[in-house]
Amino acid sequence: MRVLRPTLTLFVALSILTGAVYPALVTGLAHLLFPAQAEGSLIMKDGHAVASRWIGQPFASPRMFWGRPSTPGGDGPDDAMTSGGSNLARSNPAWIDSVRARAGRLRAADSTLDSVPSDLVTASGSALDPDLSPAGVYAQSPRVARARGLARAAVDSLIAQHVQGRFLGLFGEPVVNVVELNLALEGMR
Amino acid sequence: MDPHGWWVLGIQIILLVILAPPIGMHLARVLEGRPHVLSPVTGGLERLLLRAAGIAADEEMSWMAYAGAFLSFSLVSVLVLYAMQRLQAILPLDLAGLPGVPAHLAFNTAVSFVTNTNWQSYSGEQTMSIFTQCAGLAVQNFLSAASGIAVAAAVIRGFARRSAGTLGSFWVDLARSTVHLLLPLAVVLAIALVSQGVVQSFRGEARVRLIEAGHTAQGAPRGEQRIPLGPVASQIAIKQLGTNGGGYFNANSAHPLENPTPLANALETLAILLLPAAMCFTFGEMVRDRRQGAAIFAAMLLLLIAAAIPCILAEQSRDPRLAAMHVADGGSLQHPTGNMEGKEARFGTAETAIWAVWTSAASNGSVNGMLDSFTPLGGLVPMVLIQLGEVVFGGVGSGLYGMLIFALVAVFMAGLMVGRTPEYLGKKIEAFEIKMAALVILLPSVAVQVGAAFAVMSPAGSSSISNPGPHGFSQVLYAFSSAANNNGSAFAGLNAATPFYDIALGLAMLAGRFWVAIPALALAGALVKRPRLEAGAGTLPTHTPLFVALLAAIVVIVGALTFFPALALGPIAEHLQLLSLAITPLAAGGVR
Repeated sequence: MRVLRPTLTLFVALSILTGAVYPALVTGLAHLLFPAQAEGSLIMKDGHAVASRWIGQPFASPRMFWGRPSTPGGDGPDDAMTSGGSNLARSNPAWIDSVRARAGRLRAADSTLDSVPSDLVTASGSALDPDLSPAGVYAQSPRVARARGLARAAVDSLIAQHVQGRFLGLFGEPVVNVVELNLALEGMR
Repeated sequence: MDPHGWWVLGIQIILLVILAPPIGMHLARVLEGRPHVLSPVTGGLERLLLRAAGIAADEEMSWMAYAGAFLSFSLVSVLVLYAMQRLQAILPLDLAGLPGVPAHLAFNTAVSFVTNTNWQSYSGEQTMSIFTQCAGLAVQNFLSAASGIAVAAAVIRGFARRSAGTLGSFWVDLARSTVHLLLPLAVVLAIALVSQGVVQSFRGEARVRLIEAGHTAQGAPRGEQRIPLGPVASQIAIKQLGTNGGGYFNANSAHPLENPTPLANALETLAILLLPAAMCFTFGEMVRDRRQGAAIFAAMLLLLIAAAIPCILAEQSRDPRLAAMHVADGGSLQHPTGNMEGKEARFGTAETAIWAVWTSAASNGSVNGMLDSFTPLGGLVPMVLIQLGEVVFGGVGSGLYGMLIFALVAVFMAGLMVGRTPEYLGKKIEAFEIKMAALVILLPSVAVQVGAAFAVMSPAGSSSISNPGPHGFSQVLYAFSSAANNNGSAFAGLNAATPFYDIALGLAMLAGRFWVAIPALALAGALVKRPRLEAGAGTLPTHTPLFVALLAAIVVIVGALTFFPALALGPIAEHLQLLSLAITPLAAGGVR
């Protein structure tokens, strides 16, 4: 038939080209040029992987900087085998309640905390956000310094070293990678 | 206010204006079979494909044969993708041991990817094996985009050729646009994304020891985190370029392994609109009047900017309820400004709003933040852009032929107003063309409104709503708008993984793709037979700012008249609801 042969041959040939050759080519080039990135940008410590630099972890003790709130997967917050946001609408009373509860938790851990930056009390889009705004990190430094018996200035200067500005001064927001910051903090002791 | 969002908006527009014309010209050369810059590299591949299929490079088809080829190719695509999902447990590369996909979900997903919609009522990392993602879904990311380009090429030939009978060959257009345009661009973008940290691996996952061990919600010790891996960069590159939008992971491009850095975000944002914008210049080149393509581009750009400004402003607006509890949502460069719920810290509100506008202007549908948690007006903007019929750039190919149909309506309206005979590019526009145009504009709108009305009235539809009040209606309206216009983004709180939504939205997607493409091809089949008239004193020039404004206005007026009542019940009502909360004194207890 006039239609059947081109339909089937082109479907099969293009499927092989775009579904096998293309991903294999990209994988080959990726491992040649950027092998660490292609495999998840893992951070090694004492011979084993302790984090992907792009995936947030569930920090909960007062000695650690807490990351963006995460809508929990099966393993709890920052379960990386799932992803997604709260999908709560602004008009949903459950949203403003969730913000209030998180602000309450932060204030319970540090009674001196005044203004809470919004990224510390709103769930991220992925549930795996590794970053916080500089304000979100600095707001926690009194608590972390106290819990670790460190001088506030020492903690603040560690934070300052971890602030990443915008790309070319234009794209993205200034952030601190909380995973890397906490790793550096653990190395300070 | 922090001006950086406006800078990013300006830069993205400048990049589009610089890059779209040369890519559009390249595509015109590709579609016309002329030598082009990639001929030495990919020319052999094209000859190989066509020889295997038994197709001559200069084969020609009538509009009906063209539509038949398009339909038969789409049908085989749906059947194979459906079977692949159902059987994934016995196919290779099911590293996570995932079971076959349930029938209603497999139907929805197969239709979704073949129609270039990429609506996803599943969570990728928990549902689809590497094989299904790579050999099924990503393949359709290419082929549905290439099919769109092919249909657009046929429609363009309807205008470009004089007194002819044929519109080119679907097979040749499909093969050429895949090997000379989509594949090369995708390879380059994929590698650029890997450099930023997007994963590209055939291992299923990596395991890391948590820096701070803890407990699961059930109280079990938790010392490990599993990091999902897969052939992600290769899929993300084409999902952005092909206006597909279907993410590898559930969180789509909000996921750090799909979109890790501001540079990756800028590249992915650019890729959303690049090819739909380039198609305008392909059109101008193929009708041998570049001003016509530039005018279509200008009308689209005008609408894009008009949408981006309010969306950025809405997402950067501050919520008085947060100030009342000493939560800072702006006011200093150190703080994120505006609505951060569902958004990633590295992107902030401005670049998430820009993405939302880009992805809904194009029929892409990928997201880098959760639209369900946008402010009411911030979420209204993408919903309206979709409801305008995906013609503000729109899908690769489908956006262009959608907009050309609006151009016919515009010359027809102008003709009615001043008593001129409507003509476009020297082709007289007659009753048949206007009937087809009306069909193309009305059918998706009907599918949206009837579908949404039926869903909110039936328990099967309304039980999936996750947010109370007007926003719950918005979730349903958005779902049908997205499906029937082949966008694919969602107010994702809606639980769409039910037989009702899988089937209803699947039907809406089929309507949105084929009930538009086939009348468009019929229209081209009628136009291609006409001679091309010389412009006379009574001809409305269609490359002038006046026509650009007229075209943009027609798109807005038709969309507004069709959807304003429904929008008033959803996002507009929700906005007023929030305003009333803000002016109610906190102490009165009326505010939570």
